[in-house]
Amino acid sequence: MAIEANGKTFETDEEGYLTNLADWEPAVAEAMAAEDDLPLNDEHWEIINFLREYYEEYQIAPAVRVLTKAVGKKLGKEKGNSKYLYALFPYGPGKQACRFAGLPKPTGCI
Amino acid sequence: MMSEQIKKFMYVNRRAPYGTIYAWESLEVVLIGAAFDQDVSLAFMDDGIYQLVKGQDTSEVEMKNFSPTYQALGDYDVTKLYVEKESLEERGLTLEDLMPLTYEDEDDDWAEKDSIRLVSRAELADIMDEQDVLFSF
Repeated sequence: MAIEANGKTFETDEEGYLTNLADWEPAVAEAMAAEDDLPLNDEHWEIINFLREYYEEYQIAPAVRVLTKAVGKKLGKEKGNSKYLYALFPYGPGKQACRFAGLPKPTGCI
Repeated sequence: MMSEQIKKFMYVNRRAPYGTIYAWESLEVVLIGAAFDQDVSLAFMDDGIYQLVKGQDTSEVEMKNFSPTYQALGDYDVTKLYVEKESLEERGLTLEDLMPLTYEDEDDDWAEKDSIRLVSRAELADIMDEQDVLFSF
């Protein structure tokens, strides 16, 4: 599979996750979000950027409960809860937001 | 949560981190298994000690450097990492050579605590004896 963004073609796996993390650019997230009919605002980007930083530090995409806890610690309690994160990413903050961020499927999401 | 009682799972790591897939596979299983709310611990012995050594650089062996992932174990509520004292000493290493791995204790006002517990071979044997399930990697 593949996704078109910024005039380029990006290879993805069968679930739509980017094959090569290093290929990622913001336009990829925009294109994936457009396919999901979800326009991205600053609050989405805050989580996407947070996930990219998490991956940079730990080399894994966090499971959703780990993400929730970590967001609460870094961005504040009002954001570190499932309600806030699911409102932003209705297909699941772990899976959908990680996909937009160019990360693999979260480790420990079942 | 299911009504089944909590079991004690221990993952025993005995091989060097890079060169084979065992260490990474073990770590992935631990992180996936952490979702099941069991009592999880890890043991590091023999060359498995090297999995926790600081400053790993995999750029020349073309393997992903997953050493930073051990730092995420605390976030996954995996907080018991037993390191066998004799294995450490036999390799001329001390705790200072290992990555500092910590977790925040929810029951103690999120105080930061060490995840690594140095135990003797005899102590580790006793801890293994208490487990319901042992996974050897």
